[in-house]
Amino acid sequence: MRALLLILLLLLIPVAGYPLEVPPLSSRVTDLAGMLSATTRQQLETELAAFEQSQSTQIVILTVPSLEGEPVEQFGIKVAEAWRIGRKGINSGVILILSRREHKIRIEVGRGLESRLTDLVSGRIIRNEMAPLLKRGDSDGGIAAGVYAVMAAVKGEYAAAPPQKSEHDEQSALPLFSFFIVALVICVYLGAISRYLSGVGGAILMLFGIGLSPTSVSFVVSAALALVGFVIGFLVPTLFSSGGRGGSGGGPWLGGGFGGGSGGDGGFSGGGGDFGGGGASGDW
Amino acid sequence: MKSFKELILIVLVTLLVGCGYNIMQAKEEAVLAAWGDVEATYQRRADLIPNLVEVVKGYAQHEAATLTAVTEARSKIGTIQAGKELVNSPEALAKFQQAQGQLSGALSRLMVVVERYPDLKANQNFMDLQNQLEGTENRINVARSRYNKSVEEFNVSIRTFPNSMTNSLLLHLARKESFKAEEGAKVAPKIKF
Repeated sequence: MRALLLILLLLLIPVAGYPLEVPPLSSRVTDLAGMLSATTRQQLETELAAFEQSQSTQIVILTVPSLEGEPVEQFGIKVAEAWRIGRKGINSGVILILSRREHKIRIEVGRGLESRLTDLVSGRIIRNEMAPLLKRGDSDGGIAAGVYAVMAAVKGEYAAAPPQKSEHDEQSALPLFSFFIVALVICVYLGAISRYLSGVGGAILMLFGIGLSPTSVSFVVSAALALVGFVIGFLVPTLFSSGGRGGSGGGPWLGGGFGGGSGGDGGFSGGGGDFGGGGASGDW
Repeated sequence: MKSFKELILIVLVTLLVGCGYNIMQAKEEAVLAAWGDVEATYQRRADLIPNLVEVVKGYAQHEAATLTAVTEARSKIGTIQAGKELVNSPEALAKFQQAQGQLSGALSRLMVVVERYPDLKANQNFMDLQNQLEGTENRINVARSRYNKSVEEFNVSIRTFPNSMTNSLLLHLARKESFKAEEGAKVAPKIKF
């Protein structure tokens, strides 16, 4: 039975066109091909973090052992779409990708940096800065040279900016609507204690809602709306408490829902930057 | 009483989900925005061509025919109707795509010819242009696949249930065409150094 379930689950996994998966993003330097020494890696991590602080520009490095036959441009945009490096809104991200077996380099440039780090400049960085060192087998030096050249090219495009707003803040489109939902939930909770309490809560919350709305409302209308709030608050618990209410039974269907993207633990994540396929590829 | 409660819940949910009116509008806007990107990237390529032709001419005078083909394909694009109306007209879109496909073909032939001129290939100017052209082809690919994705989402949104009714009653939005893979150019012309 369990085997059958497993097979069914496996059938649900979409078949990718290419076997190469985008690796998870956990730090600024993702050295899957083992091309960097520990010291260089550490140094680049620190410098890239400092650069992001002062320039609002995220630069990350990814090395893979092989592309498994996938064109590097295609892999690059896939990584860019998955990682979303760069600040949301200004799209200031750069991804440096190297594949060890094919000797391919790709600089993927976020939309906001395309005017500085043009295809031409990226191409020159690959040809003139990185390839010569990589050809000599100095992968530490080649990658570092590429990173420094990219830094030099984009320096000054964006100043240090106030801390990034989380995506959640920007997406809450209608404050009034969210307020309505929250008010509903509060009423349901109050209703678990007493209906009248929930009614009073409804009236107060309605007045709050009026305060939030952009239009100004006269006193009489406010009073009438408060009454409506009371009625709604009074009725809401009836709607949601399904039949037998034993008093204790914990709140209703709340629990999941909130608190999605915590994922802190010192990890690293992209800021939601957008890529349009800018940049250049080359080899060594 | 129980069914009454359920009824109110259903009405509430329906009100929240809505009839898809806004969703369809938003998805159509997304298609238009994606189209804007497609056009911009193609324009970027067209802008590169005069420079490219100029540089190649300096080294490869014997390839006049190939160069003329590129220039002609490019000037033909100038005469093709462009703009957001294309999104709603399959014929115009097909024409646009054909003209761009011709230019892609001419360009890839040029890049094959160029292989015979080592001096040209070593020219810094030419290498820069190649970089730019490569980058532009890549952008075109990205913009096209994003356009196709947005078209697909839009088409699904006007055909699924509550939306399809709203659409036939109020909006009358038509299905949109996506890009087909270019003939003879299933892969973007690979420019080798």
